[in-house]
Amino acid sequence: MPITKTKTRARVRKPAARKPVVWKLRLYVAGQTPKSIYAFANLKVLCEEHLKGRYQIELIDLRKNPQLARGDQIVAIPTLVRKLPLPLRTIIGDLSNSVRLLVGLDLRKVD
Amino acid sequence: MAQKKASQPSSKTLPKASQPYSKTLPKASTGIQGLDEITGGGLPRGRPTLVSGGAGSGKTLFGLEFLVRGATQFGEPGVFMSFEESISDLTKNVASLGFDLDRLVAEKKLFVDHVSITRSEFGETGEYDLEGLFIRIADAVQRVGARRVVLDTLEALFGELPNPGIVRSEIRRLFNWLKQKELTTVITAERDQPDKLTRHGIEEFVSDCVILLDHRIREEISTRRLRIVKYRGSTHGTNEYPFLIDDQGISVLPISSLGLNHDAPAERVSSGIARLDGMLGGKGLYRGSSILASGTAGTGKTTIAACFVDAACRRGDRALFFAFEESPQQIVRNMRSIGIDLEPWVRKGLLQFHAARPTYGGIEQVLLLTHKRITSFQPSVVVVDPVTNLLMVSTQNEVRSMLTRLVDFLKTQGITTIFTSLTAAGALEASEADVSSLMDTWLLLKNIEVGGERNRALYVLKSRGMEHSNQIREFVLTDDGLRLLDVYLGAEGVLTGSARMSQEMREKAVVTFRRQELETRRRELERKRRIFEARMVMLRAEFEAEEEIIQQTISESELLGQEVAQDRGQMVLSRQADSSSYKKEGRAKVAPVR
Repeated sequence: MPITKTKTRARVRKPAARKPVVWKLRLYVAGQTPKSIYAFANLKVLCEEHLKGRYQIELIDLRKNPQLARGDQIVAIPTLVRKLPLPLRTIIGDLSNSVRLLVGLDLRKVD
Repeated sequence: MAQKKASQPSSKTLPKASQPYSKTLPKASTGIQGLDEITGGGLPRGRPTLVSGGAGSGKTLFGLEFLVRGATQFGEPGVFMSFEESISDLTKNVASLGFDLDRLVAEKKLFVDHVSITRSEFGETGEYDLEGLFIRIADAVQRVGARRVVLDTLEALFGELPNPGIVRSEIRRLFNWLKQKELTTVITAERDQPDKLTRHGIEEFVSDCVILLDHRIREEISTRRLRIVKYRGSTHGTNEYPFLIDDQGISVLPISSLGLNHDAPAERVSSGIARLDGMLGGKGLYRGSSILASGTAGTGKTTIAACFVDAACRRGDRALFFAFEESPQQIVRNMRSIGIDLEPWVRKGLLQFHAARPTYGGIEQVLLLTHKRITSFQPSVVVVDPVTNLLMVSTQNEVRSMLTRLVDFLKTQGITTIFTSLTAAGALEASEADVSSLMDTWLLLKNIEVGGERNRALYVLKSRGMEHSNQIREFVLTDDGLRLLDVYLGAEGVLTGSARMSQEMREKAVVTFRRQELETRRRELERKRRIFEARMVMLRAEFEAEEEIIQQTISESELLGQEVAQDRGQMVLSRQADSSSYKKEGRAKVAPVR
């Protein structure tokens, strides 16, 4: 599985995203806190801008499913985990700094 | 499930974790040997305690033991949040201490979570909080119904998370939350500088109890120390207490017992040397007392101890022999040469040896080992041979405090103990490590050099609570045991060895001479009596001879008188005389004739 994924990712980069990969993002929040809402909004904006049509955001509320925190080693809230494409990337914070978020997600601007 | 069900009712019967004697502040027993004694019942219940120490000082183990003991002994489930070691590592590490984490986890008495965060995998954009961690802890606490929580090196968060300001405020919030939930919490922290308790200063959040663990090396021997830096709302021991990590976890050794209130039995036991008992008021030593046998090299300290052990085993008492210098086989062999056979007692299980060089571990280890062996074997007699060897591994001060603890412990157990102590020649009465004041009876052994030879002598320097001889006795090791000999006083003091023998000979000569003289006199008397008797016989013979002669003379003269009268009568008859006296005779005689 990982091998094929890296291949697709390589294709994304070089032939200018002819076969788009679906990004799987997971955002951990704890209840409807302002920080969580803000983070989700920031993420949404960024994805719309850079990954339009090929992203999925999974929102996990740890207040409802606390056991899920262990799986992705969640300590801070909000935490964004890029499940796909590999490798895993973790970003904490309210995602207000879009430049750092782009770097963190290894998301280059698609021309 | 069956196990869980079984464990539920039993938790009701478990001892209450809070000690009855702490009225003001409720405390949670740690179950760690000795620590509850120092803290007066345990850690503050429902509050956080900071355990700080350098690398390898036993912080993680402290936390885990706190949880494991809480879960197994006090019916308080716990949560272990590890920020450094993985769960499998932890489980393996503490398995050697007899803690089965997997089983406790399966029984839902313990929950272990590994919080692994690596900065390199992190990006940070904007504000965050540690709600995720809170949720994890809360979830874990709720899962097992935890009353105890350990956060093993919470400060790791500072290293891995950006923006320390947020981490600080979040940790403060965490502590408040833990307090609010009334969870007894242990937070470990790394100490990297001697003037700071923790690397990131989190002690400012933990204001209730701070325990410092220390691991230091002195003269190549490591010792672990524990100190309670503060304990709000409670009195506590302020000293540095040595502690040990061994196969049963942590054991803290209180410097001394809280009070000197052990029993003082009046029962006396034999020392195994009849004449030594005689020197000690004729009855021997008090049971439960501590005896010091000190002396220079080769004065027979071990032998005295062996005699004592032998006597104890003969009574059917159990004896434990701590040999810090010789192997058990060597002691048994050597004692056999003077007619003390210890082997049967070993075989019967009445005598146990514990032979080890004290350099094997630190002084604390020695003390703890002795404690453990004594507790498991329950002897009534203990020998520590010699205490001076302990000085090899520690300073005088430490040895003294260790011995104080040991003596206190032995006395509370009512165990009679002989400590042997090797003293340097010339400083006889200055016992090493100043242990003499701890001892009830002090037997001093020394070599007396007189007339070109060295001989052993023994005297009772002190013996509390009994009359004792003030004499110096010579003692000799013979094929059938140890004998104390009579005292011979000469011009240069006590006579020993050949000087004693010559004195003995002289005395024997005097006695013989006297006896001979007496004999002579007696014989003379006898002779005189015989002479006297002979003389008496002679005199009697003489007397008898004389008497015979005299008797003869008397009878002769009587006979003569009769004959004269007869003759006269016949003459009258023949003359027909008429004298009155003769008439009668004549008429009478005549009448028949008429």
